[in-house]
Amino acid sequence: MKILQGIAASSGISMAKAYRLIEPDLTFEKQKIEDVDAETLRLDESITASIRELEAIQQNAEKELGGDEAAIFNAHILVLKDPELIGPIKEKIRTDKVNAEHALKETTDMFIAMFESMDNEYMRERAADIRDVTKRVLSHLLGVKAASPSTISEEVIIIADDLTPSDTAQLNRKFVKAFATDIGGRTSHSAIMARSLEIPAVVGTKEATQHIQDGDFVIVDGMEGTLIVNPTEEVIAEYREAQQKFAEQKAEWAKLVDEKTVSLDGKHVELAANIGTPDDLDGVKANGGEGIGLYRTEFLYMGRDQLPTEEEQFEAYKKVLEGMDGKPVIVRTLDIGGDKELPYLELPEELNPFLGFRAIRLCLEEQEIFRTQLRALLRASIYGNLKIMFPMIATLQEFRQAKAILEEEKDSLMKAGEKVADHIELGIMVEIPSTAVMADQFAKEVDFFSIGTNDLIQYTMAADRMNERVSYLYQPYNPAILRLVKNVIDASHREGKWTGMCGEMAGDELAIPLLLGLGLDEFSMSATSILRARSQIRNLSKLEMEKLAEKALELGTAEEVVQLVKETLSE
Amino acid sequence: MAEKQFTVIDKTGIHARPATQLVSTANQFKSDIFILHKGKEVNFKSVLGVMSLGLGMGEEFTIRAEGEDAEKALEELENTLQKEGLAK
Repeated sequence: MKILQGIAASSGISMAKAYRLIEPDLTFEKQKIEDVDAETLRLDESITASIRELEAIQQNAEKELGGDEAAIFNAHILVLKDPELIGPIKEKIRTDKVNAEHALKETTDMFIAMFESMDNEYMRERAADIRDVTKRVLSHLLGVKAASPSTISEEVIIIADDLTPSDTAQLNRKFVKAFATDIGGRTSHSAIMARSLEIPAVVGTKEATQHIQDGDFVIVDGMEGTLIVNPTEEVIAEYREAQQKFAEQKAEWAKLVDEKTVSLDGKHVELAANIGTPDDLDGVKANGGEGIGLYRTEFLYMGRDQLPTEEEQFEAYKKVLEGMDGKPVIVRTLDIGGDKELPYLELPEELNPFLGFRAIRLCLEEQEIFRTQLRALLRASIYGNLKIMFPMIATLQEFRQAKAILEEEKDSLMKAGEKVADHIELGIMVEIPSTAVMADQFAKEVDFFSIGTNDLIQYTMAADRMNERVSYLYQPYNPAILRLVKNVIDASHREGKWTGMCGEMAGDELAIPLLLGLGLDEFSMSATSILRARSQIRNLSKLEMEKLAEKALELGTAEEVVQLVKETLSE
Repeated sequence: MAEKQFTVIDKTGIHARPATQLVSTANQFKSDIFILHKGKEVNFKSVLGVMSLGLGMGEEFTIRAEGEDAEKALEELENTLQKEGLAK
């Protein structure tokens, strides 16, 4: 038995066999061979095994993801049956007397170079397919297992260095019981994904991939942030009990699904959910979300090889708006850049992506992308209660420009006879300190604010949230952050507007009392945190929390704030 | 031997998915089947070969089949091209 400590990223307890999602080592040496027939047979066997694997993946993909996604695997199979590819590889083995690995790599490299040199961008991307297929055959030749998450067919715990959006897109939700990663924090993609899938996750363990092998039995405790590898029977029994308790607690909270979120002294606040795709709506309803506080539209753009069409986007937005049945849905326009890349946009690499060309900056420059999204949103607006917000606004100028583009698209749609909702509230994300400081000026022009604390904290503290060495500076309770939050909330209220929060902080048990006291109107969080937050707020007095917040604003450090909140809550 | 000329009518050309479909069809026949374009001749049973031509909208190409089921092969490929709106 071994215990590893990491960061608790998504609550719950799961136990299952480990599945390592790790790029295998495919290095090999060029070797001279004697027995051409044996080497050719080795190649044939690896190709046959690869085709069998691809057929299984293809069938699974068709079931889980649909024909479009599955078609790519058909192409892979045909590549492995291509006489113009296999012929030259065998020829090379015969005439050069080299090992199959070398012959395969040399030949496929030639095809990759050929496709990469074509004028047509689409064709250039096919080089990636050949690379994929080559890797698969190589893994069979070398006898190393290539991870193919789409073929998972039993309950597993995913062990990875980190999980990228394209990894998680391939995972079969039915069988994945938890994540454990080496790197990352509460706001990394794998953590956010785990919360939206409602499975436990422990991230930032530094060494999970080093100590956990395929098939090891692992317990993931998403509350304590621990991993227990190959536990004893006693420990398993202990955790089964904890699992049971957690389920009971959840059942207790579940009674609050249809209740209002009202403090002891009668103040109502709205508890909304952050979502990434229309599929997340089930979770929002099951957890009693009073709206969508953040719909991250970038997932529509990720894990594919071209931009989504207006029609595709329209369908997704319409689905969410209809699904929420008149409750507010705040859609954030495309927030790409930073840690979220879109390879097909072919943007130049930047030294400082978080301070670079991203989100609204990109949208105002690449206006066709932005306008397509806005048209889709405007057309969908008649199906529910749509509010639109722009991410990463740093200046009033940017907001005015984005708003003008929206108005233009609205006018042209209406002239073309399309229906658009009469009044669509227009807001901004407050995640850049300049905007938080200037909130009074913004409040005159926007309809609402939504504070994005993950970025606001990183920009205020000048600490990269992906860099573990400065992670101690990620301080949501730092009075500097609280003062900025207060400034934003007060500014909005003075203009008769409202303020929400859609960062991790909004669902944090220690932050909620402070935010309630500061007058926050809407709290948007992972759907799975809503009931816990509702149960907490129903036991707090707004008036008391105002006093608490006032005291906290006068403290010097984050530690003092945490201590004050803990003392107040335990009274 | 059977031979016939076509013109691509699909906006996006003969890209990966239709190429996959056409090559799967070609693979069902015993005949040697070739696709001729701008002086190049590639094996129609090779998906990489067909894709490497990068056939775009408005471009002409010829299909040639040689062997016992040549006529039938050409007929089937023509069917697929028309049914999918790829070429005429």
